[in-house]
Amino acid sequence: MYVAVKGGERAIENAHRLLAHERRGDRDVPEISLNQISEQLSLGVDRVMTEGSLYDRELAALAIKQARGDMIEAIFLVRAFRATLPRFGTTEPVDTGAMAVRRRISSTFKDIPGGQILGPTFDYTHRLLDPQLAEGFSPEVPVTGEATTTATPRVTDILGRDGLIEPSPQAAADATVGDLTREPLSFPADRDLRLQNLARADEGFLLALGYSSQRGYGRNHPFAGEIRFGEVEVEFMAEDVGFAVPLGAIALTECQMVNQFKGSATEAPCFTRGYGLAFGQSERKTMSMALVDRTLRARELGEEVFAPAQDEEFVMSHSDNVQATGFVEHLKLPHYVDFQSELGLLRKLRKEFAEAADVAPMKEAAE
Amino acid sequence: MNAPAYNFAYLDEQTKRMIRRAILKAIAIPGYQVPFASREMPMPYGWGTGGVQVTAAILGPEDVLKVIDQGSDDTTNAISIRKFFGKTAGVATTTSTVDATVIQTRHRIPEAPLHGGQILVYQVPIPEPLRFLEPRETETRRMHALGEYGLMHVKLYEDIARFGHIATSYAYPVKVNARYVMDPSPTPKFDNPKMDNCPALQLFGAGREKRIYAIPPYTTVVSLDFEDHPFTRYRFDAPCALCGAGDSYLDEIVIDDQGGRMFVCSDTDYCEGRQSAGHRGSESAAPHKERAHG
Repeated sequence: MYVAVKGGERAIENAHRLLAHERRGDRDVPEISLNQISEQLSLGVDRVMTEGSLYDRELAALAIKQARGDMIEAIFLVRAFRATLPRFGTTEPVDTGAMAVRRRISSTFKDIPGGQILGPTFDYTHRLLDPQLAEGFSPEVPVTGEATTTATPRVTDILGRDGLIEPSPQAAADATVGDLTREPLSFPADRDLRLQNLARADEGFLLALGYSSQRGYGRNHPFAGEIRFGEVEVEFMAEDVGFAVPLGAIALTECQMVNQFKGSATEAPCFTRGYGLAFGQSERKTMSMALVDRTLRARELGEEVFAPAQDEEFVMSHSDNVQATGFVEHLKLPHYVDFQSELGLLRKLRKEFAEAADVAPMKEAAE
Repeated sequence: MNAPAYNFAYLDEQTKRMIRRAILKAIAIPGYQVPFASREMPMPYGWGTGGVQVTAAILGPEDVLKVIDQGSDDTTNAISIRKFFGKTAGVATTTSTVDATVIQTRHRIPEAPLHGGQILVYQVPIPEPLRFLEPRETETRRMHALGEYGLMHVKLYEDIARFGHIATSYAYPVKVNARYVMDPSPTPKFDNPKMDNCPALQLFGAGREKRIYAIPPYTTVVSLDFEDHPFTRYRFDAPCALCGAGDSYLDEIVIDDQGGRMFVCSDTDYCEGRQSAGHRGSESAAPHKERAHG
């Protein structure tokens, strides 16, 4: 006697209950708070805000907690919430040149107006595990100094004055900014949509693609013109009052890559741009993004397109980790029906193969 | 904190309107894949987000919803989606094919014939039938526009040359209304003939790939084949072990590690309906609703 498999509903409820229990872990250990995540795992929060496309530290921290630290799951939670929010409009473009800089480096000039500012960085730390950090460690109060009043112009703007770098493309004042979360993507895609796609893209995927371009798969000789991290003002043009209203400040990381360009019949040789921007302090992400933004401009700049990192359709169709993880993980869902159909076909083909093999030796003998 | 408040059937009305426009266009051009601005849903891409968005956009308070996966109402993902709409829309749900007004499905078409007024919503992973022959969307859209399907026929021909058969057992390509080649979603080819001249409206939603397409009621749907190698259905040649049906698609169930197998209907509603009408198979038992644990 066989009883058909049933009881999925209770199984799901129990599985979710068990998940909640596992998420909490040992109940003798104090529960982690959203503030702790936001303050002490802040780069994780930055990543979830960036790839989740939603600037909200508290919700990102909640997502990380709910996802048990699984970043892609946390990004997914934020995205699903974001999808339900109404869209009021677009802000005025943020002015990263006027950023309240907390870190700012250039690898193309030894000194720049406003100076090189190392800021909080893992760079030049020795990656030795620090046992002090294990518990109860109180770090020294950071060194402070007088803030300079010197402007910190963007390095690419300095290069631009001599025409050594291509001008930053200016959109028409009344042009609307594309939004791939509201309009289905089609190819070829304009740069605004490409940049939006890259800003939401999986950091690991962009890192690998950017890396591949450095190793010769679509090489374009990049220099890190400038990486800056700090706060910028966000303003929204309120039609009712007739002027731009400040909404607050957000932390951003911007990376401008400076790349070679040999010139063409109509254009003098000059440097070209690759651009990366992300919420919070996300240097690896913005650098990778800037590399890939530049490789994706191959067609526009008349370069040969042969590498994955130069292929717009390949990059943009596979960069989203929420899409990718869903489709990869859907293989966990039942496929009995199709598998049964494949089994039937395979059995038939194997039977015919065996029959043919039985016949073949006799044929040879006859010849 | 921004506490979320959700609309009837989850999606906001703006989004529903956008999806309905895509659906109307899809119905007007049978088999044509209409791009739509697919939203991020609270379940993963690849788990039915396209079907869920289509269902959310067409569902009204009076509708009766059935959700199946692999033909069964009781597979985990079917339960999860049915609960989602039970919670967000509060609509009546059923497991009966006949009673449902909207049926969302993954991988099967119900055995019981559909009737006029019903809508069958398919979950689609890869909507493009030409995708595995040509990976580029820019190319495949051009091929559809020109009705240039030679590549597909060559593929089917090569199957025959190599294996003696068309070696596609599910997601078997069809031509809709003598114009567009369409992917029926990964249903076994056994189900293909049910799409032809069907009284119900058939809608296909692919969330991750952002496409919606449709087969309006009573539309001609032909499985691709050759005159000398006509399309054939496949089902394992045995009656259902529970209800004795000789015409239904069967799940293969491994019952021991000695090669023991049994075959039962994949459509659980059909199977249970036959059993309660007195039909019996070799392994019949009263169907248990929920196995008691602890």
